[in-house]
Amino acid sequence: MIQIREVTKRYGAKTVVDRLSFTAKPGQVTGFLGPNGAGKSTTMRMVVGLDAPSSGDVLVNGKPYASSKAPLREIGVLLEAKAAHPGRTAVSHLLSLARTHGIPRSRVDEVLGLAGLSAVAHKRVGAFSLGMGQRLGIAAALLGDPAVVMLDEPVNGLDPEGVLWVRKLLTGLAAEGRTVMLSSHLMSEVSLIADHLVIVGRGRLLADTTVADFVAAEGVRVVTPAPDALRTTIAGPGVTVTSTGAEELLVAGASARVIGLAAAARGIPLFELTPQNASLEEAFMDLTRDAVEYEASR
Amino acid sequence: MKITPGGVVAAEWTKFSSLRSTWITTGISVFLLIAFGMIASASFSGDNLTSIDLALSGSALAALSVGVLGALLGAGEYTTGMIRATLATVPRRLPVLWSKSLVAGSAAFVTMTAGAFAAFVAGSAVLNAEIGALDLGDDGVLRALLGAGLYLGLVAVLGVALGMLVRSSAGAIAILAGLLLIVPGLAALLPDSISEAITPYLPSNAGSAVMTLTHSDATLAPWTGLAVFAGYVVVTLAATAYRLKTTDA
Repeated sequence: MIQIREVTKRYGAKTVVDRLSFTAKPGQVTGFLGPNGAGKSTTMRMVVGLDAPSSGDVLVNGKPYASSKAPLREIGVLLEAKAAHPGRTAVSHLLSLARTHGIPRSRVDEVLGLAGLSAVAHKRVGAFSLGMGQRLGIAAALLGDPAVVMLDEPVNGLDPEGVLWVRKLLTGLAAEGRTVMLSSHLMSEVSLIADHLVIVGRGRLLADTTVADFVAAEGVRVVTPAPDALRTTIAGPGVTVTSTGAEELLVAGASARVIGLAAAARGIPLFELTPQNASLEEAFMDLTRDAVEYEASR
Repeated sequence: MKITPGGVVAAEWTKFSSLRSTWITTGISVFLLIAFGMIASASFSGDNLTSIDLALSGSALAALSVGVLGALLGAGEYTTGMIRATLATVPRRLPVLWSKSLVAGSAAFVTMTAGAFAAFVAGSAVLNAEIGALDLGDDGVLRALLGAGLYLGLVAVLGVALGMLVRSSAGAIAILAGLLLIVPGLAALLPDSISEAITPYLPSNAGSAVMTLTHSDATLAPWTGLAVFAGYVVVTLAATAYRLKTTDA
């Protein structure tokens, strides 16, 4: 479990993370989303104590990370690709981390296998592609068989096969009861893996929700030759109907099922009955529009 | 499975021994020590020179070389981004500094002591006729050779501390070279009274006192000199520990 409580981080006059609170719980995948510069990486660095919060607490499995006797067992992290010396081989890099905790060589070979790096285990990290660097970082995150896995932009630079691998790996880890958190600035990527969404912009919490709630239907599109009859049929408290064309209605507050049954009961023909989901990407853009730090001029 | 001091040392040894640059720099340091020792032994003479002085005449260059080794190890953590993996693994941080210093210092001590003995043996074999030969049993010879290893081991630790303090290879190497080579030259430009008072205490002069058999008012006693140099190393380590513990990585 990762608990972020009222955390603020300032660099000089710039507030990068602003009174942020959320919890990533065991057994689920938490997607940590926000535009570039929203403070995602800074927050993740604070979780493992690389940056100290200006105020607030960060707890990993209920305690401050630095107080852990076996940090690699608490949390495995991928912070950015290639946090490794380019002159070292993949094996030596992982061994140099494993030895601090007395993790055996066999576990190093195991995670290299898991990450699909066995064939290049004795190659220098400097010769690795971005994707191989990501795989090495994920292998390092798994070294200590940790209760929490936290990955910053894990699919960056991965090929489609690698993206699929990360997806399966993370959902598998969560299914084993571990806490999984991954950051991304791509909603489409995260929505495929995450159960829980934490969305930030300019260091502030914008939404702490589930994927299902976030994209809750914004209405049902109905096409019928008798729009007026349908209007009166389904009218009721909490139901709003807007006309979007001669034969088209957009109904909010009633499900497709309710509308369909009501229409059938009254013998009103329907040509179309389509729940309208805002695309995740649109919902995300709407939410973060005002919080985009670096925007292309148009 | 948990963090142990021995584990952190083992990890630092893995980092140290798995870089090609480590072996190259160490090899160059030993080579400089022996080669300069032999050349000087074969050809130099002078009133106050002993065969130990000649055998260890490569020590100044070897110091620069092992110092660079330490600086690369320390600063390399930052220039490569490895430091984030390192500190996320050992969040208490300070054990990393102590272990890296211990590994670099011990490795330099062992190889440079061996190098110093080799330089003495090889230098004695080609010693020119104007210098009296010494052997290992003579007064101060063992102390000078072991002292050379200790001094060079401490220089490696100084390099590690500077590397992790300034977090840049070029910066750390520049400071190291400045301390060891340039500062003594600058001190010589000061008025004599000041210059004479401080010269023995400058890092490289103090440290070198342990490697010579002849001592005058212008040099510190052997172990005093080494202790003064160790003091510089301790102060630098303390500054590095403070910065490591208190700043964001």
